[in-house]
Amino acid sequence: MWQALYEELKDHGFVVIAVALDSREGDPLPWIEAATPSYPCLIDRDHRLAELYHMVNVPQAVWIDERGTIVRPTEPAGAYEGFRRMDRVTREVPADAARITAEAKATYLNAIRDWVRLGQASDHALDAERARARAPQPTEEVARAHVFFKLGQHLIRHGQPEEGDRWLSEASRLHPDSWAIWRQRAPVTELGLAAQPDFWARVDALGERRYYAPVDMKGMP
Amino acid sequence: MTETTETVLPDARVEGERLWLSPVELERATGWSSRPEGLCRGSICVPIPPGREREFLRGDQIDAAALWRHLGQPLVHSADGGAWVLGTAAADRVAALRSLEAPDFSLPDRTGRRHSLSEHRGKKVLLVSWASW
Repeated sequence: MWQALYEELKDHGFVVIAVALDSREGDPLPWIEAATPSYPCLIDRDHRLAELYHMVNVPQAVWIDERGTIVRPTEPAGAYEGFRRMDRVTREVPADAARITAEAKATYLNAIRDWVRLGQASDHALDAERARARAPQPTEEVARAHVFFKLGQHLIRHGQPEEGDRWLSEASRLHPDSWAIWRQRAPVTELGLAAQPDFWARVDALGERRYYAPVDMKGMP
Repeated sequence: MTETTETVLPDARVEGERLWLSPVELERATGWSSRPEGLCRGSICVPIPPGREREFLRGDQIDAAALWRHLGQPLVHSADGGAWVLGTAAADRVAALRSLEAPDFSLPDRTGRRHSLSEHRGKKVLLVSWASW
C-alpha cells in the first residue's frame, strides 16, 4: 500500500517510515521481504513508537512536516473496519463493506497527495490549534502498561518467557485499547491471527464502539 | 532500562523495592546525578525532601527507584530484581504530544541498521505503524 505512494511522491520531498509493532523474534521479516519497500521499514519490538505517539493498532499514522512538527496526530491510516462484517466461515466481506473500505483508503491516500502538494495550505494539514486538540492523551495506566510491556519483552528475550508473558498480560489489562499489545500474546495460526476466535471475541466485545477510531477527514466513513 | 537505553549495572544492589546505584551507574543508566543541591539531570534539580535523605542516599549510593517514585514516574522490576524498567510519566508524554514537536526515535531495520526520524528533517514524513498480524 505504501510503496506505490512513496514511489509516486518521493521526488516531492516525501518519505514513508513504516514501523512494525512486532515483538516475536523474526515476525515481520517475511513480510518486509515480500513487500520489498524502498523506504525505511523499521522493527520496534518494545513498542517504543506506540509509546511515543500513543499508537494502539495498525495501520495508524502521524503526519510530520519538514520542520518536525506534527500536522496530523496519530489516527487510523486509511483503514476502515469493513472486516467486521466478514463471513467468518468463508472470510468474504460483503460488497458494500468492501467498497466503503476501498473508499476510505482512497480518500486517505488522496489527502496525503494533497498535503504533499500544498503543504500547510492543504485542508488536511491541521494548524497548531486543531492538531493540539487531537493530540492523544495517554493516561497513567497507559504509561505503566508500556513499562510492563518493556519488562515483559526483556524477560521473554532473556529466557524467562513465563514471567515475561505475565507482564505482557498485565500491560494489556492496563491498556485495553491497545490491540498492538494484546496481539503480542494472541495465538498465531497459518491463516493469520484474524482467523482466531479470541480475536473475534475481542472485536465483538467492542459492540457499537469502533475498532479503528473515526478519522475526522472529509469523505471518511 | 529507561525510555531510550538499556544499561548493564554490575555494581547495582537490589533490596526489595530499592535499587541502589553508584553515582556513576545512576548517571550512565538514567542521566541523573547527585549534586549538593539535590538530584539533577541537565539543568533540572530535585531537592531531596528534608528529613528523608535516608530514603534516597546511603553512603555514596542513590536509590534510583526512590528517585523515580519521587518524580512520579512509573517503574517496575522483575520478580528476582534483576531487570528494572524506569519509565516516563503520562503527564510528560501528554505535554510532549501537545507540543506538536514529533518525538525522535532510533530503530533498526531488518539488517540491523538504525534509522532516526530526525534524519528526515526537511521532508514530509508519513510515520505509519504496521505488523505482520
